Amino acid sequence: MSAPMEIDVSVYIVLSAVIFFIGLGGVILRRNPLIMVMAIELMFNAANLALIAFARAWTNNAGQIFAFLVITVAAAEVAIGLAIVVVVFRRAKNVDVDEIAGLRG
Amino acid sequence: MTLFWVLAIALIATAVFTVTQRSPVYSVVGLLANFVALATLYLTLNAEFIFVMQILVYAGAILVLFVFVINLLSAGTGPFSEGPNRMPRARVPAVLVGLTGFGFLIYGLARGPLGILPLHVATSQPGEVGRSGVFGSVADFGVALFSTHLLPFEITAFILMVAVIGVVVLAGDAAPAETRGHHVRRRAQEREPIVKAER
Repeated sequence: MSAPMEIDVSVYIVLSAVIFFIGLGGVILRRNPLIMVMAIELMFNAANLALIAFARAWTNNAGQIFAFLVITVAAAEVAIGLAIVVVVFRRAKNVDVDEIAGLRG
Repeated sequence: MTLFWVLAIALIATAVFTVTQRSPVYSVVGLLANFVALATLYLTLNAEFIFVMQILVYAGAILVLFVFVINLLSAGTGPFSEGPNRMPRARVPAVLVGLTGFGFLIYGLARGPLGILPLHVATSQPGEVGRSGVFGSVADFGVALFSTHLLPFEITAFILMVAVIGVVVLAGDAAPAETRGHHVRRRAQEREPIVKAER
C-alpha cells in the first residue's frame, strides 16, 4: 500500500524495545516521582507500539483494541499515581523517593 | 520509509530527553513531543482510532494532569514564578507554531469543505479512509470493539470507576492532620455559640 509496508515488523519491535528500556532506566535511575511516572508512560507507549505493529503485521484488529485498553488503563494509572504523589508530597514535603520511608517495615 | 526513520529518531531522542531532564516541566514538553511522534507513527500503521485516542487521551488529558500536578507541587517555588516574563524568546516560536497550525487549517478547509483547491485524487483516495472493510478503519475498529471484545471494554469501565473512587479517596484526605485540625478549629470559632452549647 504505502511506504510503511516496506518496513519489517521486527524494526518496530526493536524501536519499541528501545523506548521501553529508556523508560525502564528512567524508573530505576530517577528519584523524582513525577519523572518516574512519565517514564512509566513511556513504557506503556512502547508496549502500545508493539501491539499496533503486530496488528498491522497480521492485519488483525485485536492488537489495536488491546492498545486502546492499555491507553485506558494508563489514564487510570496516571490519575491514581499523581494523586499518590500529591498526597506524599503534602505529608513529606519533598519529592525524593529515596527519602520517603514511611512504609518501611 | 523516510518518515519512519525521522519518527523513530524523534521518538528515541524525546524519550531520552524526557528521562534525563532535571526539571519535570521540560520532561513534560519532551513527553508531549514523544506522544505526537508516536501518534503519527500509529497513523502510518493504519491505526486511525488509536491515533485520535493517543492525541486526545495522552497529549490532552494525561499531560494536562502532569502540568497541573507540577503546578500544584511547585506553587510559589518554581523558577517560572520569578519575574514578569521568564521566557521572552518563546514568543517568536509560539507565534510561528500558531500560524503554521492556522495555515494547515485554512489549507485543509480550502481543499475539503470550501472546495477552493482541488483534492489530489492521485495521492489520497477520498472515501477509503474510515470505510468499513479497510484494515484499521474506525468502522471496523468499532464493530470489533463492541462485538468480539465487548467484555474487555466493559471491564475498562469498571477500572475507570475504581480509579475515580481511588483518586477521590486519596485526594479528599490529602490535607495533613494539623492543617485539618486548624480548619476544624477555625470553623468552630466561627460558630462559637453552637459549639459552646454542645460542649
